[in-house]
Amino acid sequence: MKPSSFTHHEVGSIDEAVAALARFSAEGGRILAGGQSLVPMMAFRLAQPTHLIDINRIPGLDRPRLEAGELVIPACVRHAGFHQQVIPGPLGDMLATVVRHIAHVPIRNRGTFCGSIAHADPSAEWPVVLVALDGVVVARGVAGTREIPAAAFFQGIMTTALAEHEMLTEIRLPNAAAGQRYGFCEHARRAGDYAQAIALAGWRISEGVIRQARLAIGGVEPTPRRLPAVEALLDGHAPNDALFSEVADAVAHCVTPMEDPQVSASLRRDLLRATTRRALQRACA
Amino acid sequence: MTTWVGRSIRRFEDPALVRGQGRFTADLPAARWVRFVRSPVASGLVERITPPAGSVCITHADLVGVRPIKPMLDRFDYVPIEQPLLAKACVRYVGDLVAAVLGTTAADAEDIADQVLLDITALQPVMDTPSALAEDAPVVHAGMSDNIVVRAQMCTPGHAQAWAAADRIIDCDIRSHRQSGQPIEARAAHAAWDSSGRVTLTCTAQMPHLMRTAIADLLDMPEADLRVVAPDVGGGFGQKMSLAPEYALVVWLARKFRTSIAWVEDRRENLMASFHSRDLAISVQGAFDAQARLVALSGDVLANVGAYAPYPNTAAVEPLMSFAELPGPYAVAEYACLARGVVTNTCASAPYRGVSRPALTLAMERLMDKAARSFGLLPEEIRRRNLVQQFPHTSPTGLIYDTASYRETMELALRVADLTRFRQRQVTARVEKRYLGVGIATFCERTGYGSPAFAARGMGVTPGWETVQLAMDPSGFVEARIGASPHGQGLRTTLAQIIADAVGIVPERVRIIHGDTDRTPYGWGTFASRSLVISGGACLIAAQQLHTRLCRVASIMLEAAEADIELRDGIARVAGTDRTIAIADIARASYHGAHRFAESPGLQETASYDPLGTFSNATHIAFVDVDVETCAVRIERFIVAEDAGRLINPMIVDGQIRGGVAQGIANALYEEIVYDEHGDILTTTLADFLMPTAHEIPPLEIHHLETLSDASIIGAKGLGEGGTIGAPAAVLNAINDALQPFGAELDAMPATPLRIHDALRAART
Ligand SMILES: Cc1cc2nc3c(=O)[nH]c(=O)nc-3n(C[C@H](O)[C@H](O)[C@H](O)COP(=O)(O)OP(=O)(O)OC[C@H]3O[C@@H](n4cnc5c(N)ncnc54)[C@H](O)[C@@H]3O)c2cc1C
Repeated sequence: MKPSSFTHHEVGSIDEAVAALARFSAEGGRILAGGQSLVPMMAFRLAQPTHLIDINRIPGLDRPRLEAGELVIPACVRHAGFHQQVIPGPLGDMLATVVRHIAHVPIRNRGTFCGSIAHADPSAEWPVVLVALDGVVVARGVAGTREIPAAAFFQGIMTTALAEHEMLTEIRLPNAAAGQRYGFCEHARRAGDYAQAIALAGWRISEGVIRQARLAIGGVEPTPRRLPAVEALLDGHAPNDALFSEVADAVAHCVTPMEDPQVSASLRRDLLRATTRRALQRACA
Repeated sequence: MTTWVGRSIRRFEDPALVRGQGRFTADLPAARWVRFVRSPVASGLVERITPPAGSVCITHADLVGVRPIKPMLDRFDYVPIEQPLLAKACVRYVGDLVAAVLGTTAADAEDIADQVLLDITALQPVMDTPSALAEDAPVVHAGMSDNIVVRAQMCTPGHAQAWAAADRIIDCDIRSHRQSGQPIEARAAHAAWDSSGRVTLTCTAQMPHLMRTAIADLLDMPEADLRVVAPDVGGGFGQKMSLAPEYALVVWLARKFRTSIAWVEDRRENLMASFHSRDLAISVQGAFDAQARLVALSGDVLANVGAYAPYPNTAAVEPLMSFAELPGPYAVAEYACLARGVVTNTCASAPYRGVSRPALTLAMERLMDKAARSFGLLPEEIRRRNLVQQFPHTSPTGLIYDTASYRETMELALRVADLTRFRQRQVTARVEKRYLGVGIATFCERTGYGSPAFAARGMGVTPGWETVQLAMDPSGFVEARIGASPHGQGLRTTLAQIIADAVGIVPERVRIIHGDTDRTPYGWGTFASRSLVISGGACLIAAQQLHTRLCRVASIMLEAAEADIELRDGIARVAGTDRTIAIADIARASYHGAHRFAESPGLQETASYDPLGTFSNATHIAFVDVDVETCAVRIERFIVAEDAGRLINPMIVDGQIRGGVAQGIANALYEEIVYDEHGDILTTTLADFLMPTAHEIPPLEIHHLETLSDASIIGAKGLGEGGTIGAPAAVLNAINDALQPFGAELDAMPATPLRIHDALRAART
């Protein structure tokens, strides 16, 4: 469990990072962000990058900001940065709730939001947030910058639309208006473990009924996704337990759960049903 | 008179450890690092090993004259098996040692190991006991007629009659899935050759003297040319008790290349190739009379012992201990049992804290709960009717239970638990669809047993006794050199408390020397909840001898009768007078003025102790909340009432209980080694082998009774393993209690969400 040898490049700007990627990505060069997924994989020798392009010292990437109604999260914002509200209002609150489910404090102190998106573990929390909110991924390569919508970003287990030579420079999440409600629930074996089922619900209530419902799930299929057909069951209805049970059943039936030695497809379906119902209830709390 | 025994003084071990100043094997610099190339297949024939050009790669062919590991048991029903240090012709489990390569750093050695090409013809492996026992099963060790390495059977003469007369028979089949007792520090060894031809092996060991004997025997070298040092050791739990073939190889390499060689096992290696344990299936049938008293017990124990036998305990340790101790704390007179140990293409099984008793306690405690249900009794009531209450008690297997408090500890735990209130809460919670449960486990723990007990097992190497060499130096400080080898148990503190009281000095003036074959007398190390009882007993005898000697010298120096001398607080006093002399002055005179006394010069005393053994006992009560939607179990509350005789240092005792219970809860809910049907191991990281964290372990409520028994001269019984023994049964009983409304039952551990889910589904259909 010692990594194979590699060359470490510390870059001082996004341009330098992109240039280094252009040069080394074909022969196994990779970005090193918080290192909380990459370094363990290197220790297990599941990843054997020959060059690490370390973006941690690039100035200006460690603070989220509000810009034109969007929360912009640059590449080096750590998970721990979300413990406190990054912006006042429902979005900041929701992010502060979600982050408490990611690993443990020492890991949150190094791991980054964007690294988690780039890594695209099917059981990670931030990717669910990204798809639930229809955020945007900003990628830069030597040829220029492009914006990838969340729905097109995740392509499979640890596979994304990001090209090998591209750096994920920032994530943009639409800010939520006052009155927006969120409910988050996940199930993990132990505190801090990757989730075995995740549900994130969001809506506004107007005249006693749910409007603009959003429901995204993770940890169950190879990629997180929104469930528009199920969201339609919520829209226009007053929130109540019977409705939530019905929606939870619908969610459980529309997925093809992954299996592993710890969780059968059938158990995972039940976990998703329970987390969905609880997320919906929490959105009312 | 006790001044120090019974006090929770702070551990002398801790200041260095908490400041990061511990000295561990992996801290030592080495000239070369070894990486072991391990088998990727569970069963196969090694055709060719091709190392990268220019590398140093050692294979079986290089180990000329080196003997295989072959632990012996002197029993007609035991088949000895051999383990070559590196695979000879076949590999027998994923992780089996095939070759050793050397590098300048650990990473370099791993790079080279990755390039070694193995040409192995894979064979069909046998992975579990049912397939290993099948008629046409391949044999794991050529030359054996089947895969059974030990087969013990007994039946008391009155069994059949009691069985026939019983009111009812209750069945219980439990399964304990495979475990690994994970130490924080994985195994490590560092062998340094010096120009005199001697090798110093520094390693994570629980039995340094026996490691020295074993390695010297394997390599056919004089023991005097090998020194074994166990520095600070970051947990052992049994894994570091059995001989690691890797250690012998590291010594061989140091001698061969005349240099220093290091090996620091990584977590993946540890999980796949360090010793496993607890892979047991136990079926019990209890015959109860109309008053719900257990009149006869039948047991069938099947242990999957893995591919090899651990030295010195052999592959029979788990099945034979289950066989001998199955009746546990219950006064059953008639007993029949068949216990078999079966070899498979999995990692070798070895003792792990608790050794088979977590499983047999699970079997007996599930049996009691099932019987209680059948008779319409509360779980505590059926136990009241069956616990041993008269001592000494002889079990149907001939074990003698010394004075204890099986019933009293249970009643103490019940008082604390207040089950009447809990059961009301349980009923109201069910209305809100919350499922709470309570589970009781009572057990006794055989500890501190000496050589007669091991001899009864027929062990070729018969451990048991301990020797202590005690010396007071001219400054009045005591050095105690012990053969026990603590690695977290706090013996430097507790033994100092015992010696301090017996000699009349403060514990700070006592130094315990351990873990170095050059500096300590031969002894058996630390395992089986034995060190405090046996090494502590030897310390007490030696300290009393020293006390007598100090009094004799003091009586001459103070011109008083020997019987009138009192030693206390570092001072010798003529009783009832103000005539005193400092013990340190007696010490100096004993060396520098020895001509004045009719004594051998100096102040050295040696003593050995070899007791028959004793039983401590405890009751655990677990309260759980089972989320039937997610099948997650939360432990709400956990009570321990235990009796380990005299508490030498209550804080250390509670620490042992806490750690043990945490491992017991881990066994009950989380940890499991999993192989797939091809023999590949799926749990090689701590993301797959789930150890609980502080979040998962509830605060424990610990209560003590102190029943003194003459089976231990210091009055203390061992308790190092008890936490692991009772907790799984308590948790499983609690889960079953919670699941009662669904009619679901679960008798396998760990009780993972998947197993609970399956149990609930089975109950529904
Ligand atoms: C014990 C443990 C428990 C964990 N539990 C959880 C959990 O419960 N939930 C969870 O979500 N995560 C968990 N993690 C993972 C953690 O959140 C990681 O921090 C995260 O997955 C990756 O972020 P990072 O900044 O550490 O990325 P790194 O490890 O540095 O990189 C990960 C991958 O993404 C690539 N990458 C990173 N940043 C960029 C970029 N800007 N552009 C392009 N590529 C990039 C890297 O090249 C690499 O391939 C856990 C980790 C550990 C060690």
